[in-house]
Amino acid sequence: MLSTVGSALRVSLVTLILCGGLYPAALTVVARLILPYQANGSLVTDGQGGVLGSRLVGQQWQGPEWFHGRPSATTTTDPNDPNKTIPAPYNAANTTASNLGPTSKALQDRLTTDRKALDEAQPDLAGKVLPADVLTTSASGLDPDITPANAALQVERVAKTRGATPDEITQLVSQNTSRRTLGILGEPRVNVLELNLALQQKFPMK
Amino acid sequence: MSVQFWLQIILTLLLVVLLSIPVGRFMARVFTNQKTTWDGFFDPIDNFIYRLIGRSATSQAMDWRTYTIHMLVTNLMMAIIIFLVLSFQNFLPLNQLKFPGVDALLAFNTTVSFVTNTNWQAYGGETTLSNFSQMAAITFPMFTSATTGFVVAMAWIRAFTIRDGSSNLGNFYRDFIRFITRVLIPVCFVVALFMVLQGAVQTFDASVSAHPIQGGGDQTIVVGPVASQGTIELLGTNGGGFYNVNAAHPFQNPTPLTNVVLMVLMALLPASIIITFGDMIGNRRQAWILYGVLGTLMILFMLTCVIPEQQGTPILANAGIDTHYSLTQPGGNMEGKEVRFGISGSALFAAITTAFTTGAINSAHDSYTPLAGVTMLGQMMLQCVFGGKGVGFLNALIYGLIAVFIAGLMVGRTPEFLGKKIEKQEIILVSLALLIHPLVILAPTGWSILAPYALSSLGNNGIHGYSEILYAFSSSAANNGSAFAGLNANTPWFNLATAAVILIGRYPPIIFLMAVAGSIARKPITPATTATLRTDTLAFGFFWFATILIVGALTFFPALVLGPIAEQAAMRGGLVF
Repeated sequence: MLSTVGSALRVSLVTLILCGGLYPAALTVVARLILPYQANGSLVTDGQGGVLGSRLVGQQWQGPEWFHGRPSATTTTDPNDPNKTIPAPYNAANTTASNLGPTSKALQDRLTTDRKALDEAQPDLAGKVLPADVLTTSASGLDPDITPANAALQVERVAKTRGATPDEITQLVSQNTSRRTLGILGEPRVNVLELNLALQQKFPMK
Repeated sequence: MSVQFWLQIILTLLLVVLLSIPVGRFMARVFTNQKTTWDGFFDPIDNFIYRLIGRSATSQAMDWRTYTIHMLVTNLMMAIIIFLVLSFQNFLPLNQLKFPGVDALLAFNTTVSFVTNTNWQAYGGETTLSNFSQMAAITFPMFTSATTGFVVAMAWIRAFTIRDGSSNLGNFYRDFIRFITRVLIPVCFVVALFMVLQGAVQTFDASVSAHPIQGGGDQTIVVGPVASQGTIELLGTNGGGFYNVNAAHPFQNPTPLTNVVLMVLMALLPASIIITFGDMIGNRRQAWILYGVLGTLMILFMLTCVIPEQQGTPILANAGIDTHYSLTQPGGNMEGKEVRFGISGSALFAAITTAFTTGAINSAHDSYTPLAGVTMLGQMMLQCVFGGKGVGFLNALIYGLIAVFIAGLMVGRTPEFLGKKIEKQEIILVSLALLIHPLVILAPTGWSILAPYALSSLGNNGIHGYSEILYAFSSSAANNGSAFAGLNANTPWFNLATAAVILIGRYPPIIFLMAVAGSIARKPITPATTATLRTDTLAFGFFWFATILIVGALTFFPALVLGPIAEQAAMRGGLVF
């Protein structure tokens, strides 16, 4: 029995070192050597070393001059009560989905409230049918993308605040739209951070 | 629904079938000690490791008892290591975010969950674990638990091929090491590099602070050794994510292409093992019959998941959301799904992760339509729609033995499978192994819905709340690990109850099955005659299929009616809770 324990312990330690140590370490070394941009998180910088964000991780955008991402269900600890959480959209240190089910009253209420707020902020949308991603939260809470239909709905608002024509903005949107991979995989999408950075460069806010 | 919607699904499944053939053939050679192209590279490594483990341990022939004991003791040793790493991570390196040691109950639950290939996560990765723990307590057992299930299946297949009455099922340590060094690590390394190329992160740093251009507060972005873990997580049908949201996180699953790669990885080995089985028993036709049975089940379940998701839900439609597919937006039920995957890439992932009992998720299962819930729960309840590494295959064979036994009784012939007589002793053990699964799902679910300390964990009210509990125990029992994550599982009750369910659902069935292997090994192989009930025919395939569905439905249908099926009716009737 003792020899069984001995060999079992040795095989455990050997595989611990191999699978939990050498494998991730070797991969890290190789990845950072040949693919440093991706391995470090596809970070977008301002040209002076400051990190603006990651092109893969969504951010919370407010104000009519920006394209907005999807609602996010991420939270953070309530500063007044460590046992509670408060909403903190696009919190990339505590990812979560809403986890509200198909018959959830909380989901129904959230959709109604958000729809009302949206219609007030952008009256031209009132009564319109919206693309599926406008009011729904993503799985990660960090979805970097919106659908082209969602972007199209925001063109006029952004154009107006930035003093550009809707055509110019639409062109910028299509430049930042990714198609399906190989024409089959995934969905067409617009990366919100990249679009907003391009927007700020071409039509800066005064 | 568009052409692309279906093309993506067909392409993924086709890739699985095409890849499983060469991989299955290769594994059959590895596990019957035949020559392979890579021996020159791997033999010295393996021999070095055998020497470290001990010459006598790695060269002895093992009967079922010895094999099982070495497997169990090894699992125990690993559990102790994992528990210690989690509990004392605050004293270990690479804890840049200064997490405290994991609380004892949660560490116990996590240890049990990962050593058994379940990967049920009552914690959020990026808010609980240091990078050291992610590697030494999470990535490490992802390799070994997958291997444990796989080698048990190999020992089982060998039992059916033994002709001389020997009781030698192979050497546990050799099987264990060979699977890790020759299959898991090489595939993971190559695929993980591809994942990084696509945007997955791989670093020992813990976080990046970003300053968004529109001002406001900084965004802290947690990073770490994600690609290395996010690859074995799928290949080993483990399912434990680096992040709380698992493969929905853009750092683990950045593009539609990585999404397909991850789905193929999940399905690859459980599908390949059937090809391996055919080669090892020398009857490829038998393997393809089984492949067909499980494949048909999988496709039926998959359709029940993807079609309702594209239809969406009444509350989305009532809020003025376009649930119809168009060229510029996916429509359907996008609550809890990512834009880059859309409906098709998310719902197929959900169907695959529960079929192959992986438990990785790329969308929030809790927010799925009730019928999709039937697919997810149903596949975990049957636990053999390909199923997890090794174990799912064994469950499919259990149903096969039961089908043989019933068919034998019906036509009045001695039940035989692959030339070995199936007798009372085997059927008793096999039935016990089969009955544990419903017991550990239904009993704690029933208890929980009467217990206030369980109900306070619910994230959704009404029928869906019951489904959350049923899902938790189905997932634990089936070594899946995905969740209806609205449920707060990090409570004393759920940490203890799910850990108990995981342990009882994993080890006793394996022990019973190994005992069956022991008695099968000793039986002589009866040559097939015209009077033999052949099991490699289409007719028996149908019978096998029906046995799985009927036995499974009789056992679990009432539990499903109370949950997702009732919820479907309520949803159509416009009720909310």
